[in-house]
Amino acid sequence: MTATTMTATAAPGGEPGLLDQARWAVSDTLTITRRNLLVWMRVPAYIVFTVIQPVMFVLLFRYVFGGAIPVPYKGGYVEFLMPGITAQTAAFATFGTAIALAQELQKGVIDRLRSMPMARSAVLAGRLVADTGRMLLTILIVIGVGYATGFRFENGFGLAVAMIVLATVFGLAICCISAYTGLAIGDEESVQAFGLIWLFPLTFLSSAFVPISSMPGWLQAFANNQPVTYVIDTMRAMALGGPIAANMWKSAAWLVGIFIVFVPLAVRAYRRAS
Amino acid sequence: MAANGSQPAIVAEGLVKSFGEVKALRGIDLSVPRGTVLGVLGPNGAGKTTAVRILTTLLQPDGGRAVVEGHDVVRQAAAVRRSIGLSGQSAAIQEELTGRQNLEIIGRLYHLRWPDARSRAAELLQQFDLADAADRAAKNYSGGMQRRLDLAASLVGRPKVLFLDEPTTGLDPRSRLGMWDIIRSLVSGGTTLLLTTQYLDEADELADKIVVIDHGLVIAAGTAEELKSRIGGDVLEFTVPDRGRVSTAVAAIARLAEGDPHVDAETGVISVGVGGRGSEALVQAVRDLDAAGVETRGLALRRPSLDDVFLALTGHAAEDEGPPGGRRRGRRRTGSKDTGGNDTGGNDTGGNDTGGNDARGGDGSGSGNGPGSTKASDMDTARAAS
Repeated sequence: MTATTMTATAAPGGEPGLLDQARWAVSDTLTITRRNLLVWMRVPAYIVFTVIQPVMFVLLFRYVFGGAIPVPYKGGYVEFLMPGITAQTAAFATFGTAIALAQELQKGVIDRLRSMPMARSAVLAGRLVADTGRMLLTILIVIGVGYATGFRFENGFGLAVAMIVLATVFGLAICCISAYTGLAIGDEESVQAFGLIWLFPLTFLSSAFVPISSMPGWLQAFANNQPVTYVIDTMRAMALGGPIAANMWKSAAWLVGIFIVFVPLAVRAYRRAS
Repeated sequence: MAANGSQPAIVAEGLVKSFGEVKALRGIDLSVPRGTVLGVLGPNGAGKTTAVRILTTLLQPDGGRAVVEGHDVVRQAAAVRRSIGLSGQSAAIQEELTGRQNLEIIGRLYHLRWPDARSRAAELLQQFDLADAADRAAKNYSGGMQRRLDLAASLVGRPKVLFLDEPTTGLDPRSRLGMWDIIRSLVSGGTTLLLTTQYLDEADELADKIVVIDHGLVIAAGTAEELKSRIGGDVLEFTVPDRGRVSTAVAAIARLAEGDPHVDAETGVISVGVGGRGSEALVQAVRDLDAAGVETRGLALRRPSLDDVFLALTGHAAEDEGPPGGRRRGRRRTGSKDTGGNDTGGNDTGGNDTGGNDARGGDGSGSGNGPGSTKASDMDTARAAS
């Protein structure tokens, strides 16, 4: 019981300095990220299923609904679809965030971590880092499937990358909301059900799959003025051409707002988690 | 600020905590001297877990204060976290990962260097008899192995004070005894331990001091022997197989009883304190019950258990609000193991059985007895033998 020694511990009872705290926050975040990646390496099914669902959506909309949805793009529906479904993929990837946190809460893993002298931000940060990585992978695969079924970026490499970055930042913002719901609700099944309730309407009542002009007027009012539409319209303009700036600023304002509100909420839910 | 040797490892004064309308803790005081084991005993919902969560900085009290290793659990939470280990009611491990990966990651989160985290993990896996399973996913471990891994995880940081919240709840009897051995060896290494349990035999077996909590209050404190002596003498216990005759039986023994007899409606077991009169009371009970025409089984005299203490203190059995009480009976009442001669009508063997019970009474559970054996089957065997 005496073979190893603690390293970099502050004097007994003393609080570590700010520099140490920052170093530990980074190191702990990386450890938690590593833990989450290890889980996926040991159980690849988690990743496979989160990838299959959006790929299935691409194929369903491309080949089943697409023919019936008229869009003003020369490449046809798949051109219109891909930016929207990419954003939806990013948003739906955060189901995993909420469920994983709720599971850890239920199993007592979060209690254990909170009773340890580790950085309190690390569990959330490590979860967000790992989940963003998984989200990015899923987005790239979905775009690959889009390419295989006729989608092309029409606006150059730089803006294609910008679209993927925007989708990822959007996903990260949704991830913060999901993290908050996961920790605040704390029950895996309820979290899953709740995710469907808010994520499905938010992504479907937008410009993701159909031109908003085809919706009834009262629905247009909502769809035209909600953040997912701003983000998707920006992404679509980046991918296919058209004015970018106006929608981009609105998107940025919404995303910043989501971070400002939900990061503290998620952190608070983590601290109070029980 | 640094803790000195004479100070208790854990001190709590007047801890109060409510969840909405529910008063979980209504003013709990605790003091655990360094290197000792405090057993916190109480039924489900008594406030045990709430107390542990406050002492381990997971929850802030509404009132009162608590100090662990000289650090205030609210104002110096970070320092407290460096001194403690916590193992909760469920196995808080990452099931997808191997036992080794779980412990290495915990080690890294305690800011051990990688080589140190690895050697600490290997050491603990060895110590907890998990070395062979070290590289298998923890989800394939048995319940007992998962609990051992969880306990190992709570020890990665070499805590001075360890909190175990119901460490054996849900374990099969064999794993439970294994866990007891592990806990005993930890304590012999000088760790201060606060252990919550709803099993009276567990507190009896492991704890130096016991506090009994019910409805958010400490209702009794002392050593197991002190608590038992509150009952004041021996307990006469028997089963009335014909439930319709229970009230007749209670009436028949009324004049022997000190305090009200307790009747377990579920099992038909009647127990009653008989003070210091011992075998004299036993002989009298046999006569009175025989005269009343009540058939009994397993009539025996035994030393009071903590269960009797709990009953006397609270008016309800310790596990009445907990999981089904069946296992409790089988676990604890080892004194009734050889009751063959004491079966109904066996009126001349009482002294014999009483002697056997007294010899075992001190350790309540009697680790030599198969913990899975139930009283009913023991008695059936006994009947068949006689």
